[in-house]
Amino acid sequence: MSEWFAMGGHGLYIWGSYGVAALYMIVEVILVVRRRRSLVQRLGRMIRMKAHADLEVPK
Amino acid sequence: MGFGIASAILLAIGLYMSFFVAPTDYKQGEGYRIMFIHVPAAWMSMLIYVVMACWAAAGMIWHTRLSSMMASSLAPTGAMFTFIALWTGALWGKPMWGAWWVWDARLTSELILLFLYIGFMALESAIDDPRRAARASGLLALVGVVNVPIIYYSVQWWNTLHQGSSIKIVDGGVESSMSEIMVWTLLVMTFACWFYTIAVALCRVRSIILEREANTSWVKELLQGAKS
Repeated sequence: MSEWFAMGGHGLYIWGSYGVAALYMIVEVILVVRRRRSLVQRLGRMIRMKAHADLEVPK
Repeated sequence: MGFGIASAILLAIGLYMSFFVAPTDYKQGEGYRIMFIHVPAAWMSMLIYVVMACWAAAGMIWHTRLSSMMASSLAPTGAMFTFIALWTGALWGKPMWGAWWVWDARLTSELILLFLYIGFMALESAIDDPRRAARASGLLALVGVVNVPIIYYSVQWWNTLHQGSSIKIVDGGVESSMSEIMVWTLLVMTFACWFYTIAVALCRVRSIILEREANTSWVKELLQGAKS
């Protein structure tokens, strides 16, 4: 098992490559999903606040 | 969502093939396995740039807002793949060439590609008016397109440490100096990255649309029921 991870002496280079690539891709997915979620929440809140304000101050 | 699932499945298959199916290389030993992430990332970095420039051009010609939004949605993912290509290239270069980095044509033009992506994003976010921002960053994207063929043909045009392409499209088919299983692994990993890009870019563009259209009635109706 440890021999497999050593990759014939190239382990550091191989895992350094795949590790960083995986990290970047996972982080990007998290950021994209989180941006969408917080945006939907924020806009939803704003719209509801506006609707309330319209009710309280009749034109 | 569908593209994300397809990407995850292909990535799992591709990684399994990269590490357990593809044989040890007779010349480079196990180190060559970096290729299965390096080459797809490098291909994606160029492909995404061309697609991004096409969207930017469409936005500038027909003034379609969605086109510019697609361009700005693709830029971060393109920059990420460019960085991964450079990073994995450095980690592949060290054991094979004895150097993390050399200033040769292939590596330098790929670094310029990273700067083009960063410049595109910086220029777009620096201008407040979205239409002017799209026009300025779109122009930069279009000018930068000349860099893509330079990257692609750099290994033929100049003497370089970087190896030439192992896969060539000749008339009527694909010719490769690699074993068939290595080509297949490379293709699976490339399609995985492709679907990944589509999934992420589509998700990001939905956020961009919502941000730009926040004051319209359709967004209002859509989000009326959203939880806070």
